[in-house]
Amino acid sequence: MKRLSISPQALAKRRFLRRAAAGGSALLLAGCDHLGGNESYTQLLSAGESLSRGVRSLVGSTATTLAQEFTKADLSPSFRGNGNTNPDSAEYKSLAAKGFADWKLVVDGLVKTPAALSLAELRAMPARTQITRHDCVEGWSAIGQWTGVQLARVLALVQPLPEARYVVLHCADSFGEGEEQAPYYESIDLQDAHHPQTLLAYALNDQVLPVTNGAPLRLRVERQLGYKHAKYLMRLELVSDFAHLGDGKGGYWEDQGYQWYAGI
Amino acid sequence: MPSPSDPNAASHRGYLYLRHRWPTRLTHWINVLSLTVLLMSGLMIFNAHPALDWGKSSYNGKPSFFEIGSRLASDGRLIGVTRLLGHEFETTGVLGVAAGVDGRPSQLAFPWWLTIPSRYSLAGGRLWHFFFAWLLVFNGLLYLAHALISRHLQRDLLPTRQDWAGIGRSIVDHLRFRHPKGEAARHYNVLQKLAYLIVIFVLLPLIVLAGWAMSPWLNSLLPGWVDLFGGRQAARAVHFIIAWLLVAFVGIHVFEVIVSGLWNHLRSMITGRFRITGSDAATTTGGRK
Repeated sequence: MKRLSISPQALAKRRFLRRAAAGGSALLLAGCDHLGGNESYTQLLSAGESLSRGVRSLVGSTATTLAQEFTKADLSPSFRGNGNTNPDSAEYKSLAAKGFADWKLVVDGLVKTPAALSLAELRAMPARTQITRHDCVEGWSAIGQWTGVQLARVLALVQPLPEARYVVLHCADSFGEGEEQAPYYESIDLQDAHHPQTLLAYALNDQVLPVTNGAPLRLRVERQLGYKHAKYLMRLELVSDFAHLGDGKGGYWEDQGYQWYAGI
Repeated sequence: MPSPSDPNAASHRGYLYLRHRWPTRLTHWINVLSLTVLLMSGLMIFNAHPALDWGKSSYNGKPSFFEIGSRLASDGRLIGVTRLLGHEFETTGVLGVAAGVDGRPSQLAFPWWLTIPSRYSLAGGRLWHFFFAWLLVFNGLLYLAHALISRHLQRDLLPTRQDWAGIGRSIVDHLRFRHPKGEAARHYNVLQKLAYLIVIFVLLPLIVLAGWAMSPWLNSLLPGWVDLFGGRQAARAVHFIIAWLLVAFVGIHVFEVIVSGLWNHLRSMITGRFRITGSDAATTTGGRK
């Protein structure tokens, strides 16, 4: 057996290493937080996102790739409601009290013929039913069966103008209170808006869409994360640019630092 | 004064040789940086939903097989709990409930000092994670290209027939913390080769794939490929488990570096030069039978 004999130099080295390790991790954390608060560094970090988007366009025509669809056997026993689960605006509450009989989806902005569609009118349009997985940015997922009208059909009705690039979804819910109150909104590009699985959904698992999950109407944009799937839809606005809305990032969570393209 | 012709002096001092070429050294340290940031930002992302499920979705009628949370104990204290396969462990102080930056108890799955950013920010964690994920991928491709072209992979990493024959002895040597001395130290030993090969060709590619499997857009490129992992949530669990396997690898790696000559190894990964000492180095540590 080898006997342990430790020289003073070796002890000094050990002390140095221990301190270096402790100091190193504290420095790393402080350094990361400092960098994270720095605008130009966060911009550098978001190069990762730009790269992902670049690859997305390199992979080429992804306009038609479909999200995986599942069977009834895969359905989650109950579909988790997240974020706002019951908007507290007076307007929404009175609409909900009448079973959304007076609710109308306004579709306007850069369109030839603006429209206001009732729930009955939307239900009368050709429907699509799909069983898909909802991936929340937090990391959980749930599988549900959605029925609704393809957004492409509604767009065909109002005829977007050539300069229209995005569909902005204005919602009845909001976060924060008083001066801090920020309405929920989202935006998607026209490629995703015309995707066959992009629905304005009014039913979940063969039931009328519950308030928890976005009654009377919510977006399904299946190749993106949950926060893009705006609930409690009130108005669709076609725009060429969303810089004038909220903090200009294209959505409530985008304004809080989340990615606009939420496919990753 | 010992002259270079004095064989004892020469074997005592040994000689330096170029062990690691610059691409290996550079990509090694970029790995250290990116894996550290990926782990810590990954723990931040995990904190947003501190549970793992096996299957196509989180809500599949079965309870999570792993979960970190908090609850009130019978005496009214807030305790951190970690549940694994139905068994509950109290992990107050580290997991579930730990001292926050201000010293007060904070209900996070992984504590602030293990996460980037150190304050809860899922958006921030994702920003860090995806940037360093790209760095890790580019770095890995650079390493692979160099390792193949320079034949580092074929020459130094692929186990030889003698390696396979000596695997039993290598295991015993490792358990006794005995390491090759002299000329034998110029080559990686067989367990070391296998560990590196598994990390390079199994764990790292799998963790990247499992990461991709969580992306709804990448899912749509080839619908159903995620089921190879057992579903999207299973892929998330695989991603998490491999992350900790990599932590285990790093732990063993650093341990082996320390016990087989920390400064020599550190020098060789910085300047490239590794010192081979002669037979007397082997006899003074009793490494030979």
